[in-house]
Amino acid sequence: MRFMLLQNYGEVESGCAPMTEWTPEEVAAHIAFQQALNEELLQSGELVDAQGLAGPDVAKFVVSDGVGAPVVTDGPFPESKELLAGYRLVDVDSPERAIAIAAKASAAPGPAGEPIRQPIEVREVLAAPPDPQG
Amino acid sequence: MTTPVVTTEGLEGRLRDLAPLALAAVVRRHGNFADAEDAVQEALVAAATSWPETGEPDNPLGWLLAVAGRRLTDQHRRDDARRRREQLAASWSLGRPDQLSGRDDTLILVFMCCHPDLTPGAAIPLTLRAVGGLTTREIAAAFLVPEPTMAQRISRAKARIKQSDVPFALPSPEERPARLRSVLHVLYLLFNEGYASNTGPELARTDLSGEAIRLTRMVRHALPHDPEVAGLLALMLLTEARRPARTGPDGELVPLAEQDRRLWDRALITEGLSIAAEALRRGQVGEYQVQAAIAALHDEAPAHAETNWSEILALYTLLEQMTGNPMVALNRAVAVAMVHGPGAGLELLDGLAGELSDHHRLHAVRAHLLEELGDHDAAATEFRAAADRATNPRERDYLTTKAAAAGGPRR
Repeated sequence: MRFMLLQNYGEVESGCAPMTEWTPEEVAAHIAFQQALNEELLQSGELVDAQGLAGPDVAKFVVSDGVGAPVVTDGPFPESKELLAGYRLVDVDSPERAIAIAAKASAAPGPAGEPIRQPIEVREVLAAPPDPQG
Repeated sequence: MTTPVVTTEGLEGRLRDLAPLALAAVVRRHGNFADAEDAVQEALVAAATSWPETGEPDNPLGWLLAVAGRRLTDQHRRDDARRRREQLAASWSLGRPDQLSGRDDTLILVFMCCHPDLTPGAAIPLTLRAVGGLTTREIAAAFLVPEPTMAQRISRAKARIKQSDVPFALPSPEERPARLRSVLHVLYLLFNEGYASNTGPELARTDLSGEAIRLTRMVRHALPHDPEVAGLLALMLLTEARRPARTGPDGELVPLAEQDRRLWDRALITEGLSIAAEALRRGQVGEYQVQAAIAALHDEAPAHAETNWSEILALYTLLEQMTGNPMVALNRAVAVAMVHGPGAGLELLDGLAGELSDHHRLHAVRAHLLEELGDHDAAATEFRAAADRATNPRERDYLTTKAAAAGGPRR
């Protein structure tokens, strides 16, 4: 079964300072943690994809009625904390395993190496085989 | 060796038929399943590249064994492990004569790859590679994961087998029923995995249902008298026969009741019916045989309304007693509704609400029965609840459409 593990720009449970205020070593340790987690998931045969998205400042919202010119809104947005920051797509044996991976990702290190307790949204991807009874 | 019952077309097909025979021979000589499996894969790739140019050798299996043997020797040279090299040399020279019993070899490999120590997620790709002769790339594409991820999954599965110290032999008579259950379960899951749509981006995927049928045929060839193996094969064939009618022109799901039965594959039905009948005559009924018998009743009905529902109800009652599976109980409730009316079916569903409340199919069945009773608002609510819980995109599309239709304005 496949799960999307999503993280956005919102505040983290540890209440720590935003990453822009971390020391270079702290940032490097955080990035190394994320890469190590991706490598671990590749080695376990569970990683399908992992991507980070460009920041909210360069995000655009597009609305169209399919006829006229689309309305394109540039950032920054007041609600930017709700925007997606990145995701992992994993293919695992059970929902419990997806939650265990999310827990690991949530405990990524922040200032002084303390876990930032980032909320990770766990969503099953609609990829199950259909019911053969039909 | 007896005549191969499992043939795929062309060079690729012949290589894939040879794959398990070559692997078994190399494991027997070399003793290390994981290394042998890699070496045979390399030999198969080498054959696929060179045979079209040089022509197929007179002894294709011998050719593969020679190349795989060289790969193993090379690998050990690279490992620079004198001890292992000496061991290998010794094992080659001891050279127990090859007992080329293709049937037993294939069976040993299937038992090994579907070992209960492995999760189905690990056993399925390993079986496809080691027994089915598919490449990692093909398997990765079939499961829509990157090739390195699939390679890791397979190599971890092999490491797990190594840890478990499974001997390269058939399981003992005591172990055998449980080990065979595990094999059949893996093949059944593989079949379901492939029972997806045959349109759109999935077209390029290796046909996993076809692979499951091919592998189950191999197991049946090795165990011709086991009624459950036959039951599983019959179930697959009788289900696969309906595939052409199962999706509409845009890939949308067409439920059994609305399928155009003229599109069903008659050859598969005939074969499935005959295998199921032969198995059932043995008088050792098992769950796959019962499922095959149910599929047979559907396939034999000229129209949905003419289905023998009372017989299907009897079989689901038996199957529920055998398995205690709530999904079977749910299917039984459908049969009850067909025989005794939607009200009787709905009553049974209430008893399942605890166990299956989060399963989309419980809500979908309730929605259909409410619709039959003319309670469209309640049906719409249940179709929406089902759509919210569906984990297959086409099923969700279908349920969302049904919810909209049931909740829409009445004329």
